[in-house]
Amino acid sequence: MVPLSHYIALSAILFVIGAAGFIFRRNIITVFMCIELMLNAVNLAFMAFSRFRGNLDGQLFVFFVIVVAAAEAAVGLALIISLYRSRDTLAIDELDSMKL
Amino acid sequence: MTTVSIPDVMRILPELILAGFAILVMLFEPFVPAGRKRVLGWIALLGVLVAGMAFTWAPPNAGMAFSGSIAADGFSYFFIFLFLTIAALALLGSINYLERDNIHHAEYYALILFSTVGMCFMAASAELIMIFLGLEISSLSTYVLAGFRRHDPRSNESAMKYFLLGSFATAFFLYGIAFVYGLTGTTNLVDLAADLAQPGKWSTLTRAALILMFVGLAFKVSTVPFQIWTPDVYQGAPAPVTAFLSTGPKAAAFAVLVRIFLGLAGPSGPAAFWVIWISAALTMTVGNFAALLQKNVKRMLAYSAIAHAGYVLVGLAAAMASGSTEGASAVLFYLAAYAFMNVGAFLLIAHLAGPGEGRTEISDFTGLGRAAPGAAACLTVFMLSLSGIPSTAGFFAKFYVFRASVHAGLIGLTIIAVLNSVVSVYYYLNLVVTMYMREGEPQAARTPMPLPLYSAIAASLFAIFYLGLYPNHFLLLSTLSSKPLP
Repeated sequence: MVPLSHYIALSAILFVIGAAGFIFRRNIITVFMCIELMLNAVNLAFMAFSRFRGNLDGQLFVFFVIVVAAAEAAVGLALIISLYRSRDTLAIDELDSMKL
Repeated sequence: MTTVSIPDVMRILPELILAGFAILVMLFEPFVPAGRKRVLGWIALLGVLVAGMAFTWAPPNAGMAFSGSIAADGFSYFFIFLFLTIAALALLGSINYLERDNIHHAEYYALILFSTVGMCFMAASAELIMIFLGLEISSLSTYVLAGFRRHDPRSNESAMKYFLLGSFATAFFLYGIAFVYGLTGTTNLVDLAADLAQPGKWSTLTRAALILMFVGLAFKVSTVPFQIWTPDVYQGAPAPVTAFLSTGPKAAAFAVLVRIFLGLAGPSGPAAFWVIWISAALTMTVGNFAALLQKNVKRMLAYSAIAHAGYVLVGLAAAMASGSTEGASAVLFYLAAYAFMNVGAFLLIAHLAGPGEGRTEISDFTGLGRAAPGAAACLTVFMLSLSGIPSTAGFFAKFYVFRASVHAGLIGLTIIAVLNSVVSVYYYLNLVVTMYMREGEPQAARTPMPLPLYSAIAASLFAIFYLGLYPNHFLLLSTLSSKPLP
């Protein structure tokens, strides 16, 4: 059986990749996908902990997280579309109309 | 698994009523002709009033509900009433604003109600997953609200930044929950406190999990260094929405911080305390000094909102250091006082900024004291209260926080806080001086205030002076509310 630490390490790596992508990527869609990656890293951690503790609560939480991520995707993509309509670009660096 | 019982349902009655009215507003929306959408605003307001009265008519017996995931205690009642008040003021201030700017869609009212539901659940939950759900319900609604001026690129930008950084923060919060669950096997705060009270339960990983959760919430309350989104979002969002989201979701996130950090972090010793101490000092200083440089009123108030989050953190640090209720009650008092003055200020600015919010520079307010004496006087009171001048709510809010922090022995932090509030007087009074002392024609709108907005402003002014002149009643209320923390 694969030990718990492997799952947690994978989850941590995915989370860090997501967070790094969020900071360094310059396209809004990619940044949004990085957030989804972070949420899925959390799901993996919940599943692994749930399995190794023999406690089903963690699997339940994963469903909550999936539902919330879906709602977030709906709102996020709608916002992206409305942003694209008003600016014709999805580059994060150009979101600077309110600098001092 | 227990079945749902009537007392359980009674304990989430305000949330149910709010959600019901929000759905009602959305159902009615297609049947209401375009020119008469304000009816739906009044329905939403009625929903808030009914939710508030539900408490008075059928006071729910305090206790846990839904297998310990909802805590109906004085603490959650205090915050639910605060959120209902904020929602009512924001609704009153929005009705004419939406008509003026041709964005009168009933979804706005429904989203305000849904967001309030989420905030109520955040304050009332004793279960980390439930807190997460409340956080997301309130956040998803406010993301849309921030971008409600759909054809304004700045509003779009504001919504996008709020959405991206908000979701990023949520992921951190959730990762923290996953680790807490993995380390202890529970996400219920009561069980968690019992579990962590045993010796040897605190490890580096537990602290890391708490820090992750703090980072997630720190984004929501915009403490340094997680404040980068705040100025852009508050400036770009429609001003009544800024009024709402600079007070409501912020107070809700503080409610969660108080519940988690006072309930759990007690035994964790100095580590968590120093995190709060440092972020309080940084937040106040960065917020106030950045506000000094601003030329846009909304942006200045955004930095001031950051600074005020710092003062609240001082109260939280005091509560953690002393373990008495004085710090927690100061936090509750501060959040309520801050809500009234900030909502009032932003609603008034929404009106003065004119159609399309074209007039939000500080220079646009030159000479307003003569051109529109009433509005200028109200704005002056809000600015004086934000800077903490005696006889306003802001003074006692700061006074109680500083007193709690002195009593807790945090002399250094209190000195930083007092120096900061001296600095803040400069930029608040700068706006007042611009209105009264500078010669010129004001660019700001001089149309008379519509009645709903007028009543919202009057209510905020009344609350500011009531809390500033007779703070004892409210302090007693916040002290009572801060006690039964699970």
